[in-house]
Amino acid sequence: MKMTMIQKLAPFAAVAALTLGVAFSSAPAQAEGGENPGLKHVAWSFDGPFGTYDRSELRRGYKVYKEVCSTCHSMNLVHFRNLSEKGGPEFSEAEVKALAAGYQVQDGPNEQGEMFERPGKQSDPFPAPYPNEEAARAALGGAYPPDMSLLVKAREGGASYIYSILTGYTTPPAGAEAVPAGLHYNAAFPGNHIAMPQPLNEGQVDYDDGTPNTLDQEAKDVSAFLAWASEPKLEQRHRLGFQVMVFLIVLSGLLYTVVRKVWSDQH
Amino acid sequence: MSGHSTYKPSNGFTKWIDSRLPIVRLVHDAGVSYPTPKNLNYWWTFGGILTLCLGIQIITGIVLAMHYIPQTDLAFASVEHIMRDVNYGWLLRYVHANGASMFFIAVYVHMFRGLYYGSYKAPREILWILGVLIYVLMMASAFFGYVLPWGQMSFWGATVITNLFSAIPVVGQSISTWLWGGYAIGDPTLNRFFSLHYLFPFLIVGVVVLHIWALHVTGQNNPTGVEPKGDKDTVPFTPYATAKDALGMSLFLILFAYFVFFNPLGLGDVANSEIANPLKTPPHIVPEWYLLPFYAILRAVPDKLGGVLLMFSAIAVLFVLPWLDTSKVRSARFRPIYKQFFWLHLIVCIGLGWCGAQTPDLVITHVGSAESGINFTVTHLARILSFYYFFHFIILFPLLGLIEKPKPLPESISASVLGTAKS
Ligand code: HEC
Ligand code: HEM
Repeated sequence: MKMTMIQKLAPFAAVAALTLGVAFSSAPAQAEGGENPGLKHVAWSFDGPFGTYDRSELRRGYKVYKEVCSTCHSMNLVHFRNLSEKGGPEFSEAEVKALAAGYQVQDGPNEQGEMFERPGKQSDPFPAPYPNEEAARAALGGAYPPDMSLLVKAREGGASYIYSILTGYTTPPAGAEAVPAGLHYNAAFPGNHIAMPQPLNEGQVDYDDGTPNTLDQEAKDVSAFLAWASEPKLEQRHRLGFQVMVFLIVLSGLLYTVVRKVWSDQH
Repeated sequence: MSGHSTYKPSNGFTKWIDSRLPIVRLVHDAGVSYPTPKNLNYWWTFGGILTLCLGIQIITGIVLAMHYIPQTDLAFASVEHIMRDVNYGWLLRYVHANGASMFFIAVYVHMFRGLYYGSYKAPREILWILGVLIYVLMMASAFFGYVLPWGQMSFWGATVITNLFSAIPVVGQSISTWLWGGYAIGDPTLNRFFSLHYLFPFLIVGVVVLHIWALHVTGQNNPTGVEPKGDKDTVPFTPYATAKDALGMSLFLILFAYFVFFNPLGLGDVANSEIANPLKTPPHIVPEWYLLPFYAILRAVPDKLGGVLLMFSAIAVLFVLPWLDTSKVRSARFRPIYKQFFWLHLIVCIGLGWCGAQTPDLVITHVGSAESGINFTVTHLARILSFYYFFHFIILFPLLGLIEKPKPLPESISASVLGTAKS
């Protein structure tokens, strides 16, 4: 029995199937005890191979971050200039200049050798609420709010995990362990006892675009914003990926005909 | 590189070159006229794919190294600077990080191909040993590389692996200290790992040259395991094998591109997106997927030193395979019993990988009655699989060759291609 050319290429299908199997089975398997039961899966605009960020969602999310989260959490890797870059919230440069200028940052030393305060510039990173980890812990009863620059990439579940935390403050189920003083019950947090008091509430942030400020909306918006902060090049990556895939598929098709032609005198 | 050369310089200039440095002849003999068995299937394209992977790692790595800072305070931020501010830095980094995984996928396919078709058997012992050496150097390179971005898993993975040496009696602790360049993992460690991470891929290049040299002396094995008997069994490397290799690479790159562009973190651990923190042990320390089977063997042994020795033996045994196998026949196509065990062994290796990713006390099933039975855990499974791993090579390899009755071999490759013998 002669194998057809397509059958001969089965090794590649087998290798791809095995690899994808490993990739998709390993993530939940690595999280201790399987998937987080408190995780609520949200369908995000940036999911999937063609996903993009929703500009207005990111802008609203920035507002939530700025007004609420940034009072405790730092975001050291993100700069004001990123806010006007393509593939992000895409604020205008003028808007970003004004946003940055709303902060006082330390600079220096000047010619007298002294440090001084000046209004923020686009090239500045987002100012941190506390000068260091110790200061944050001292102010927050010993707990440390993690830096948010990469939080979405550093947690199983990604943006859906952030959303689940923000909407996961419930009364502990009957029979649950007593929540120690200073901690709060959260259905999505590993171990369920989180030091962060519920940060977001219904109607807390007034949106400029008139979107109803439900807790659900605020939580989604800020989670999407944090996803962008973690992965600001996602749109560029998806776009280039599509082009590369088309190129490789066409190239493979051409090479397939070349192989058939070259080998035609051998069978 | 061996045998007689068919290269004929066509003009005065190439003749002049050829009598001084026959480099064109070398390329011609190795990459154009080199005879390859005409029945090679697509499992044979993974050698070319591996060369491509090595090239991709070196090129992306050299550019990454232009922006990377091997200092514990700055390493993580420098990688994020690459991701956010360097032009196409995210692409370089994702290609390099996923490229390591792709490299291992290809090497595993390549090695199991060799196991299936008996490519390690005489006269290809040195060729096989050089291959195993490349594999060992790859694991070392990938281990050093994984430490560089200085994430949580970089740091804790390095801690676990370097601590293994402290299991060696008497001198163990001194060896760990010597490896670290201090009493804990710190700047000296990161610096030397960067230096070695830059060096090792070039050592691999050197061994690859020897590997290909040896290949061109013995010629390729083929799916029948029967040596070519002359020109009618072979075709010139170019255009026949070059065309197939190009198609193989292109198809492989589709898988590669899928991960780089659409699932760049799918093969990694989320904990490595968090900066290393020596004071915060992650709940679950696991190496990258390609080292998991060895990690499972390490943890299967209750004694630390025993585990380390068994883990290194799992690699070491590969070096002596050519002498463990007593079969007269190479290819599993004609070895009905070995063929079954080949697949079993593949499943065992995947099973070990699975065990390596789980917490050791995870209960798989409960055996016996509810009160008096025992919990069958990942550790138990890993012990059974580890046992089989060695049993396969040390007992079955010598034994099967003696008891198995191989199917009749085809007269020659061309006879098998023409269908006189079933393939
Ligand atoms: C009052 C200060 C404060 C505010 C405001 C705050 N957080 Fe937190 N947050 C913390 C602290 C402290 C922790 C650490 C909790 C712990 O480790 O138990 C934390 C933890 C978290 C975590 C869990 C991280 C993990 O380790 O898995 C998330 C997610 C989070 N915060 C998101 C937010 C978001 C989004 C906002 C804005 C809507 C926000 N926080 C506002 C103090 C704060
Ligand atoms: C055998 C070939 C190679 C393998 C298997 C390999 C593997 C790796 C791995 C697994 C990482 C961690 C990636 C991550 O998670 O971010 C890494 C990082 C790195 N490698 Fe390599 N590498 C190879 C060759 C090279 C070469 C030749 C260079 C330099 C000349 C290089 C430079 C770097 C640098 C600078 C980093 C840190 C940046 C980063 O983490 O992305 N690599 N390598």
